[in-house]
Amino acid sequence: MSAILPPSERLWWKEPIAKTEWLWIAIAFVWGMIMFVMMIYWHIYGKQNLSNEAYKTTPEAFAAKAEQFIAENTVRVETGLEGSEIPVVKVPNGGDGYLIARLWNWYPILELEKGQEYKIHLSSMDYNHGFSLQPVNINIQVIPGYEHVVKMTPTSSGTFAIVCNEFCGIGHHSMLGRIYVK
Amino acid sequence: MATTYRTCPASGLQFEAHAEKLMKWNAVAAVLWLLVGGITAIGVIMTRWPAFKLLPPDQFYQILTAHGVDMLLCWIIFFEMAVLYFASSVLLRCRLATPKWGWVQFWLMVVGSVMTNVAIFQGESSVMFTSYVPMQAAPHFYLGLILFAVGALIGCGVFFGTLVVAKKDKTYTGSIPMVTFGALTAAIIAVFTILTGAGILLPTFLWSIGLIKEVDPQLYRMVWWGLGHSSQQINVAAHVSIWYLIPAIVIGAKPLSEKVSRGAFLMYILFLQLASAHHLLSDPGMSAEWKVLNTSYFMYFAVMASMIHGFTVPGAIEAAQRRRGFTNGLFEWLRKAPWGNPAFSGMFISLVSFGFLGGISGVVLGTEQINMLMHNTFYVPGHFHTTVVTGTTLAFMAVTYLLVPTLFKREMIHPKLCQIQPYLFGIAMSITGLVMMGAGTLGVSRRHWDMAFSGAPFQYEWPGAAMLMMGMTGFFGMVTIVGGALWIYLVVGSLLWGKKLDGGAVSDKPTPIPAATPAASASHHGSDHVGVPGTVVLVMALLISFVLYYFVNWKYLSEVWLLS
Ligand code: HEM
Ligand SMILES: [Cu+2]
Ligand SMILES: [Cu+2]
Repeated sequence: MSAILPPSERLWWKEPIAKTEWLWIAIAFVWGMIMFVMMIYWHIYGKQNLSNEAYKTTPEAFAAKAEQFIAENTVRVETGLEGSEIPVVKVPNGGDGYLIARLWNWYPILELEKGQEYKIHLSSMDYNHGFSLQPVNINIQVIPGYEHVVKMTPTSSGTFAIVCNEFCGIGHHSMLGRIYVK
Repeated sequence: MATTYRTCPASGLQFEAHAEKLMKWNAVAAVLWLLVGGITAIGVIMTRWPAFKLLPPDQFYQILTAHGVDMLLCWIIFFEMAVLYFASSVLLRCRLATPKWGWVQFWLMVVGSVMTNVAIFQGESSVMFTSYVPMQAAPHFYLGLILFAVGALIGCGVFFGTLVVAKKDKTYTGSIPMVTFGALTAAIIAVFTILTGAGILLPTFLWSIGLIKEVDPQLYRMVWWGLGHSSQQINVAAHVSIWYLIPAIVIGAKPLSEKVSRGAFLMYILFLQLASAHHLLSDPGMSAEWKVLNTSYFMYFAVMASMIHGFTVPGAIEAAQRRRGFTNGLFEWLRKAPWGNPAFSGMFISLVSFGFLGGISGVVLGTEQINMLMHNTFYVPGHFHTTVVTGTTLAFMAVTYLLVPTLFKREMIHPKLCQIQPYLFGIAMSITGLVMMGAGTLGVSRRHWDMAFSGAPFQYEWPGAAMLMMGMTGFFGMVTIVGGALWIYLVVGSLLWGKKLDGGAVSDKPTPIPAATPAASASHHGSDHVGVPGTVVLVMALLISFVLYYFVNWKYLSEVWLLS
């Protein structure tokens, strides 16, 4: 009889369902399927799909690869506001770039060209970090022990910030990186 | 164990002595945690408000950890224990199974929640309630959570036991009421959830005391969200049950169709377990197929279930109002609803805010590719403050307006203030949630102390609109806190100084629920099938907002850098 009493019809599961209710159930179902198909559609025709290429790694192994990449491709060195020296590394067109996330910086500065596709390798040396490219607004989780290879093609040029948006300790707010796109 | 049964003269509800005491204690513990959580909310909001930036970073992260734990776990789950005992012992008019275990539930949860809070306020455990490894908290942070969870699991056991007692003692005939069915859904999901939680918290605890060398960070996130997300479905099942409960008591609403509503609850049980996936959409190490299937195919059945409740709950209200004679036009039933009754207004604002804000934003956020636009941004807390706050918390606040007179036998003080409280809290938090989502859409990070990035090697300036939204978050967040503080004052004040009400006759035998007489159900039959055109308009508005907002976000996504 009411929602706080046992159903008045003992065989409630045999009661008919009103038309409007059926209609809404059908609409909800169809809408769910549209949303489902949309994700698959985007995998086929969309241009923004996060790569699934990932490998297990260790901080040491990843740092070694990144250091080699930096040694081979550094174009200049910049001094940060707090005095640190940060290499600016040009990622070869169509090639691989490495970005280290660690307490509390993104290392090194990457230099890219608009319209070129790059494979950017992301990993963390310590805790979880969050790669948040601003003001483009692309957000990717960075996890220690995993090397994530993200294929990206810049479509705008300028200076971009990498904000860390996963809490990583007391210096979290100062973990700001940089990407140049020419 | 000997016990007595009291029948409340005003509501007709029957309270068994043990269940009554346990409900009271759990509810009081819940309110106290809401108080602690509310105080921490002041620190959080005043720090994120760029004009104030109240706390230094260490205190901010500490307070934010406490805010998450005390609100999401302590306040909500203590209250849910009271809801479980209510939905079983009170609604089925039977004794509570194993009241001793009920007390074990209560004290384990008390000890656990206090222990975790001690760990947080000692300062070595500012790891956020998600405590992603390898960031490590003090061992008693995890141990407290484990004890708390075991307590909650025992509470679910007492609930299941009570259902068996009612069946055995034949205190009702036919099937359990809808609200009890919803609570059963919540309890079943809770069991899954807590076992998953044990699967990750136990190893993490052992790791924190050095017995295990390492917990894989990706595995941790995957299993942890089996706990973290599914537990939100406990909340949804619980507050949807309350959405059915309040109109039933206030205006005598009955479900449009028992079959449809129960079917929708069943879909929660079947499909919600998979929702953990949508916290990992921007993680490495998970295949696209896995993400799409888990987050959507199955999750959309859960979404569908929520959309069904979104129809049947207002539909039941409309039907009841039309039966009471408010039949003019599309919306007389709504205009003439008991808006001055805080239980009703709170429940309805909860329904609308959860549907339009929390629900839609949640589905969009949980879409595989779109997630990249919002992952870890301020959008995320914006979304869940319109689910777990305007949805669950407001529904719990609303039902308390009914519980204080009938369970605590006190009249609510300041009826006028009671009337405005749900509007103040519900509307302010809805706006807060919206501007938080707005800031997140512009990229602002969650869990972030300094939008000026002091000490960073570079500078980055957030768009002016983002700063504006953060200022509005601060302002409306503080208004929400006033609304929450008002509720705590009204409830605690009523318990202390409210006029004592007659508790009603006490007997040592339960009075069973009278069986529905064939006559009663026959007379109901004719009026059963009132149409609900107003509800149709409301859900169409929901659908249109949903579709538009969904595709707008695909448009946003198409404008960012290319990724493959
Ligand atoms: C009373 C008014 C409230 C205000 C003004 C408020 C404000 C906030 C804000 C601004 C944040 C985001 C902080 C950040 O990410 O930097 C936050 C986080 C959070 N809030 Fe609230 N909140 C309130 C009530 C609640 C309630 C009632 C609940 C749960 C039932 C809740 C649960 C949470 C959780 C789980 C977090 C996430 C903490 C984390 O990121 O680890 N809040 N709150
Ligand atoms: Cu970081
Ligand atoms: Cu960080």
